[in-house]
Amino acid sequence: MSVGKTVLELEDVNKTFGAVNALTGIRLSVLAGEVVALVGDNGAGKSTLVKIAAGVIPPDGGKIHFDGEVVDFRGPMDATKAGVAVIYQDLALCDNLSVTANLFLGREIQNRVASPLNEEAMESKVLELLSELNVGQIKDIDIKVGSLSGGQRQTIAIARSLIGQPKVVLLDEPTAALGVAQKVEVLKLIRRLADRGIGVVVISHNISEVLEVSDRVVVLRLGKVVANFETKNITSDDVVAAITGSKSFS
Amino acid sequence: MSNQIKSIKLWFRNQLTADFSVLPVGISLLFLSIIFQTLNHRFLSGENLANLISQNVPLALIATGSVLMLLIGEIDLSVGVVSGLCASVVITLNVTKGWSPLSSIAIGLVIGALIGLSNGFFVTKFGLPSFVVTLAGLLTWQGVQFSVLHSSGTINLPDGFISSLMSTYLSKNLGYLFALVALALYALSILNNFRKRKKANLKARSIQASILKFTVLAVIILGLVRLLNASRGVSAAMVFLLIVVTLIDYVTRRTKFGRNIFAIGGNLEAASRVGINVKRIKISVFILGALLASLGGIFASSRLLAVSTQSGGSDLLLNAIAAAVIGGTSLFGGRGSVWAAILGALVVGFISNGMDLMSFDSETKLIVTGLVLLAAVSIDSVLRSKYRKRG
Repeated sequence: MSVGKTVLELEDVNKTFGAVNALTGIRLSVLAGEVVALVGDNGAGKSTLVKIAAGVIPPDGGKIHFDGEVVDFRGPMDATKAGVAVIYQDLALCDNLSVTANLFLGREIQNRVASPLNEEAMESKVLELLSELNVGQIKDIDIKVGSLSGGQRQTIAIARSLIGQPKVVLLDEPTAALGVAQKVEVLKLIRRLADRGIGVVVISHNISEVLEVSDRVVVLRLGKVVANFETKNITSDDVVAAITGSKSFS
Repeated sequence: MSNQIKSIKLWFRNQLTADFSVLPVGISLLFLSIIFQTLNHRFLSGENLANLISQNVPLALIATGSVLMLLIGEIDLSVGVVSGLCASVVITLNVTKGWSPLSSIAIGLVIGALIGLSNGFFVTKFGLPSFVVTLAGLLTWQGVQFSVLHSSGTINLPDGFISSLMSTYLSKNLGYLFALVALALYALSILNNFRKRKKANLKARSIQASILKFTVLAVIILGLVRLLNASRGVSAAMVFLLIVVTLIDYVTRRTKFGRNIFAIGGNLEAASRVGINVKRIKISVFILGALLASLGGIFASSRLLAVSTQSGGSDLLLNAIAAAVIGGTSLFGGRGSVWAAILGALVVGFISNGMDLMSFDSETKLIVTGLVLLAAVSIDSVLRSKYRKRG
């Protein structure tokens, strides 16, 4: 799928926490259908950047453009409504609820307001979504999510982010806790997200995965963007060098 | 044929681990019935069953409230006292001040709701643990109850609407009618589910399991009505309890509000991140729990035909929580069912009643109840971990 227009753009975004400049002059754009990897050492500002994009915290300076318009997210629900989905590292799944219940958490389908849940409609939609995403390993959607493996839970979390038909999906360390085979499945799923025309941002510490799944790599160092690579043009050494600052790429 | 057996076995296994399952506690109940009936064949007589039910309607109402609290990961230690306080207010207004029964009950319930509101407020606004807030409540409302009853200590309840709550029985025909209507509604809901799934092109749930469930339920309900009709008949209080529990069960399992309750109990952070209004739901549940406790108190005083400083005290609180837990409610939140709580209350009631029939003293009763609670929770935990599906 070829990349389309810019869905998310951060223009000169700053964020300060007390005496710490968490982010300075961030310029970042994400196109529809591309996977942008956001890398950097601990404390580089990756999480802060994601939180700002997700509306969790407001920027202190600069503008955020979403789908061509300037936006001012007052909270995460604003961002969600606009079409930004975030999957945090803890996944935010309810282990005591089924796959279907988790996927529709907070946006359950009812026939009318204050009427009973339309379980059948939700189940149909879940089955449809899982088959679209080519998720074969999850066969029983009545099963409690707590019984699923790490990779399956990550898959469910990603699938859930799609229920709201987002234009941008941000993933924080999606493969950090996974085994080898599971990592492969999740990376494939991330690629499929982009194939649906979604702009995907992936935070990761794993450079080889980053090179495998992304179209572009943006490197943060001490709150600034120090490099903006096209993945096909670089090697992992380049990325490491940018992260540690041993080489300049701007 | 083997396919049928396989699907029933699978259903059985699902039921043992399902959150809404009453099977584990149902089995305990069956077990206890057999034991007590063997030891004393008056146990399952109509007369004794009517007694048993009457003794435990108040407990069942309060235990339902306890289940709701536990589901959201909170606890209400003041339920016993709130039931006693509400009853004290209602009967003081009705008997001492001469208010009409309905207005007395209305005020009692309003007070219960306000107590629930205040619990919810302190927990959500100040982030205090409900354990502490309701412990403070337990002491406070106990004091208020004593002062409401100050000069009398005990108020006897003369004949009237409130005393009739626990002494009204359905005629034999009406009893059967109620049972048949209940079964018909249950059958309709099963059929409706099948229809909806077929319409949505979803795989149908096991038909054999539904038939089995329905048959077992029909046998038990009709058998119970028959036994009760041989004595005083089906009590109006029991009908009231069943209607209340059916409604609350429906709300918890079929509405968004109920789904949110389970979500909050399962992962509070996740629930609030998807935009669920956690504060509002917690406060609602606190109010509901206190209201159920208040109702329980009114029925308890109706049964005893009096209210006193003893009302709502002694082991009522612990029995309510024991009933909820025996019924499979997790103390950590997110897992449980109100129907199972009713059965849990029956387990507590069976033990008490069964041992009374055998003239055991109260020390033995306490020990046995404690051990049964421990056994029930252990068995429940073992079954769940053994059969938990691994994806």
